[in-house]
Amino acid sequence: MSTTLDMTTTELREVNSTLQSAAKAHANEDYVITNPRGSHAMACGLDGPLSVVVKGSTGYYCAGMNKEATVTVEGSAGPGVAENMMSGVVTIEGDASQYAGATGHGGLLNIKGNASSRCGISMKGIDIVVHGNIGHMSAFMAQKGNLVVLGDAGDALGDSLYEARLFVRGNVKSLGADCIEKEMRPEHIEILKELLEKAGADAKPEEFKRYGSARKLYNFNIDHADEY
Amino acid sequence: MDKTPQTEPRQSWTFSNSINSEIRRAAETGIYDIRGGGAKRRVPHFDDLLFLGASMSRYPLEGYREKCDTSVTLGTRFAKKPIELKIPVTIAGMSFGALSGHAKEALGRGATMAGTSTTTGDGGMTEEERGHSEKLVYQYLPSRYGMNPDDLRRADAIEIVVGQGAKPGGGGMLLGQKITERVAGMRDLPIGIDQRSACRHPDWTGPDDLEIKILEIREITNWEKPIYIKVGGARPYYDVALACKAGADVIVLDGMQGGTAATQDVFIEHVGQPTLACIRPAVQALQDLGLHREVQLVVSGGIRTGADVAKALALGADAVAIGTAALVALGDNDPKWEAEYNKLGSTTGAYDDWHEGRDPAGITTQDPELMKRLDPIAAGRRLRNYLNVLTLECQTLARACGHNHVHNLEPEDLCALTMEAAAMAQVPLAGTNWYPGKPGF
Repeated sequence: MSTTLDMTTTELREVNSTLQSAAKAHANEDYVITNPRGSHAMACGLDGPLSVVVKGSTGYYCAGMNKEATVTVEGSAGPGVAENMMSGVVTIEGDASQYAGATGHGGLLNIKGNASSRCGISMKGIDIVVHGNIGHMSAFMAQKGNLVVLGDAGDALGDSLYEARLFVRGNVKSLGADCIEKEMRPEHIEILKELLEKAGADAKPEEFKRYGSARKLYNFNIDHADEY
Repeated sequence: MDKTPQTEPRQSWTFSNSINSEIRRAAETGIYDIRGGGAKRRVPHFDDLLFLGASMSRYPLEGYREKCDTSVTLGTRFAKKPIELKIPVTIAGMSFGALSGHAKEALGRGATMAGTSTTTGDGGMTEEERGHSEKLVYQYLPSRYGMNPDDLRRADAIEIVVGQGAKPGGGGMLLGQKITERVAGMRDLPIGIDQRSACRHPDWTGPDDLEIKILEIREITNWEKPIYIKVGGARPYYDVALACKAGADVIVLDGMQGGTAATQDVFIEHVGQPTLACIRPAVQALQDLGLHREVQLVVSGGIRTGADVAKALALGADAVAIGTAALVALGDNDPKWEAEYNKLGSTTGAYDDWHEGRDPAGITTQDPELMKRLDPIAAGRRLRNYLNVLTLECQTLARACGHNHVHNLEPEDLCALTMEAAAMAQVPLAGTNWYPGKPGF
């Protein structure tokens, strides 16, 4: 049995307050949000097990800073979806705009469509699976976690990358500074296999290439100044 | 013996010994100079202003007898729980990582004893800091190192850092020497790498986006916390107006004398405006929007004395923030470490290689042995004493001008000693009723 919150009659504050209280109570309840009308900051700051299904598209920062909750958007998501997410699962049935999963620390962001530019920017441990393509400058300064792309990646993938792992099945238009293709070892196949299964993605790990940091920019070296 | 008269050896002003040493250093290393602190060049400052004091047209209040209130409330615009401070001096954001855990604890202790707030920095919130700070402002920075919703909720206010006075438009660099296991763990980075702090936020661009970002943060924190926006002294009128538009409760305005843990010297000395030049345009923006005193203005960058505090308030600020001065109060650049500063190629008062992690005073370091040199309890007491002195001095000046609250200080209480200061502060040049740019002249 789920509770429905209709945003034609319920204000954003009340929607979030209801969801946040339910999450905090660890009641494992199910909520459905109807008529989201692209509202910003929906279902953000959830701190506990809870299922939220959004029937439509959302604005900026949907499911921001999520912890433990499962949020599904049956539409597309605006900029910064699941930004700084800590744990839980956020699924976008459509496309995601810029900065999807930015600075995320944990959990799974599963984007069934495409993701725009800067997907996974400064990610700090989150796992992101994009079933379509991703835009330019994705995984910029990405620190930890895994970004899996079943389609193509735009320009400057993984620019100034730290220790995040990038797996791309399609073409990469160009790699950013200090990002290189790396050997796909058995442990990476295992990580990828598990992520593809979790995301319900129809792909084989062996079809992907792995990209990571060359670690040449980790400590300033004047001989590398042309890279900056 | 040749007795031909010769001119005295003449040093070039353009190519001074200091400039030449920098050229030699650059030629040797191939990299720009990185250092801590704020602008060291002489710029028009609060020293160039004087209070007029009471006279025939106004009468003073009796020192130690007649009350002069110093309380400040920050965050009255939208936040459910504004911050109440006993004094108009706060501690500016400084990171754990740049500073030792003991230093952060000392800042918290000192600020709490004095009845004011302290502020986190890049790198997240430490237990030392939260535990010892009754009122803690949590910085929301471009790097988002250590950012998490739990700390967001246990903060007393949230400061979104758009820029800082030492480097408007610039990010930061914490060199590998200071990226210890603990610092690296908090920042999700490998140990020992040079850690770059981004110059702009990863998930918003411009004030329209920032308005939505603030909405998100308010939604996550139940609209309880005051939201500060910190800007460097670049374009204060427009920056303040846009910060108001984005929904700030409080604006922190940091002039070019404001310090940093580590940035290129060329950035520190050549970007941004002096603190004195920033205040009046910022206040004008607030007044034009009808938000002066509703959106509080906190000014930082080179605040050292109670006179500086009083002058900033007289120009329209609601409070000030101190960083460098607070570190000096803790023990930074203390003459007792002169021999060690010499070994590092520096001297007391000039030591600014905070990024190298070898601070003899044990403040800007992560070296366990050096850190032990700072007793957080004693250092906290010193900071408390210093904050008390700043407040007493500010009160003294306010009473002398006839005010029973430090917020009643006003530009009419001031005159300027130089044309530049008169123009920047928009107060009359001493002995005149005129300042450059005054309407009608």
